[in-house]
Amino acid sequence: MAAIDPAGSGQLSALTDQPDLNPFDGVDFNELERSLRRPRTLTNILLTWLVSGMTLVALVPLFSVIWMLFWRGGKKLSLAIFTQLPPAPLEQGGGFGNAILGTFIIVVLAALISVPLGIFSALFMAQSQDGDRLASAVRFSAKVLTGFPSILAGVFAYGVVVLASGGFSAIAGAVAVSILMLPTIMLTAEDAIRMVPAKMKEAAIGMGATKTQTAMMVLLPTAFPGILTGIMLAVARAAGETAPLLFTSLFSNYWPSSGHHLNLMQPTASLAVLIYNFAGMPFQNQVEMAWAAALVMVLMVLITNLIGQSLSRRQVQS
Amino acid sequence: MAEAKTISQAPSGLQRASDRVFRGLCYSFAWLSVLAVVFIVLRIAFAAAPAVRQYGLGFLTTRTWDPNQDQYGILPEIWGTMYTSVLALGIGTAFGVAAAVFLSEGYLGEFAFSVLKVFHVEFHPFWGKLPERLEQVLKNLIELLAAIPSVVYGLWGLFVIIPLIRPACNWLHLKMGWFAPFGTDLSGPGVLPAVLVLSIMILPTITAISRDALVSVPPKLRMAAYGLGATPWETILAVILPTAARGIVGGILLAFGRALGETMALAMLVGNANSITISLFSPANTLAALLANTFPEAQAKEVGILMYAALVLLGITLVVNMIGAFILQRASAGLEGAK
Repeated sequence: MAAIDPAGSGQLSALTDQPDLNPFDGVDFNELERSLRRPRTLTNILLTWLVSGMTLVALVPLFSVIWMLFWRGGKKLSLAIFTQLPPAPLEQGGGFGNAILGTFIIVVLAALISVPLGIFSALFMAQSQDGDRLASAVRFSAKVLTGFPSILAGVFAYGVVVLASGGFSAIAGAVAVSILMLPTIMLTAEDAIRMVPAKMKEAAIGMGATKTQTAMMVLLPTAFPGILTGIMLAVARAAGETAPLLFTSLFSNYWPSSGHHLNLMQPTASLAVLIYNFAGMPFQNQVEMAWAAALVMVLMVLITNLIGQSLSRRQVQS
Repeated sequence: MAEAKTISQAPSGLQRASDRVFRGLCYSFAWLSVLAVVFIVLRIAFAAAPAVRQYGLGFLTTRTWDPNQDQYGILPEIWGTMYTSVLALGIGTAFGVAAAVFLSEGYLGEFAFSVLKVFHVEFHPFWGKLPERLEQVLKNLIELLAAIPSVVYGLWGLFVIIPLIRPACNWLHLKMGWFAPFGTDLSGPGVLPAVLVLSIMILPTITAISRDALVSVPPKLRMAAYGLGATPWETILAVILPTAARGIVGGILLAFGRALGETMALAMLVGNANSITISLFSPANTLAALLANTFPEAQAKEVGILMYAALVLLGITLVVNMIGAFILQRASAGLEGAK
């Protein structure tokens, strides 16, 4: 045997002749088992628990806010608060019907400004070639607006509308809020239009459709759920904004009308400013009114948000 | 086949004309939105110009605000803005990144799976989907934190946080008053309540962006670390977090920008005192809160001064936000090669 294959069998016999040379030699099997006594494993488990605990702690404020809103705002909730005017100091009862209407008016006016501007700009960005200077400038300005402090939108609207028209008005508030709505609408709409499958667009062009026909009959209808999501999210944000309204639409204890006509050029109440004003008052009734208004506002904001999110799931995927 | 009939046809003159009009409309709206941003910045800058000329850089370094003597300085506000934002960023980053790791590692799903395993229903058509759904619910809950309007957080801070932390703060002041951050007692609004609420408000931003960065770390890096014998947490700390660091830092900077510009919660909670303080329990002021509180009753003269303050705030937030956006862009470009 040694004559046939001296090298190979020699090694083999060398291995087999020494029973103590097995591959698991020197391995402490206890060492391989997962044991809490080892610092590495212990650190691992402790860090996992730490991170889980911190995540739970981060959620406590959310539940606390919602609990307080229902607990303190809920008991004041009645039909009267939707139809009556805010109470004067030391007066009991009352409501904030004018503030709900005012918030609604301001948000609708703001949407009228920002939705067309946002969608047309988004259409332009989505249709432009890569490296188009104007398109990247539009995208850049949208991103600048995303981080724009809301109070500065108010400062701007004050300088442009309030000083020019000579008074606080719903229009001024709407201008301020529309600046904050614009980037959300623009960036979401661009994404939604870009998500439309290229095949559909190419099919339309192949049929001889002009760019306008492609946009109006293919791109916008297909991207519609996504665009609507952006609008809903922007509206939800706008409804809760306070800082831009403080010195643009100000506040009013009365309905936004003069005589029997809607008047957009006078100070207008909004839920957000009502909460801010009433929270600092030393009267029990006003503070409770602020909580009730906060509950109504948060419900409006959350419902709008949820509708927006459920719409985004309907989007066509390429 | 004398003539080929097709359903397609060349656009008519009217269609061509409307096409041109529509494209022109898109083009001009795109220009309009760029010009709007330029106009906003210039409008604030021009409104501030007279005050800038009159008060110069001294405005930024003096600390009196006295309309009667015509003396204005915003050093306390700049200090207050930075102090509250940096503290809030510290707390928000710790919890935000922890939540991002928790969400991206799927701990909740794992936990739910092991609970289901006890009942032997882990592959049940209904219960089997539970871990995934719980993860989704948790992610939405964190995002809901961002949906709550800031004035509601202000209200909550005023009536929940301040009464809650006041005994603890006053105890700390009593026992450790020699330590500068505990130097005064908390009598109502102050730095600490503002910081706590601010950190809650910026947490969703940090979590969302950090989670995106963590999820986009290539899985093969994780597998390689496991293959070398690293424990899951050694992998997270030594491989995943460093790889995602750029994205996380970008997110933190964007959150910082948000904290600097946040108005309502601070206007309600920080106390509006024109003083420079290091104590966590004494009232202070921030640029945004100053604007919110002074603007509604400002005289024409004071409006110009406030415009200067607004310009300072605009400058700070623009710089922070642009750096953040730039880092995020580089982060997503940097990961392209690793995939």
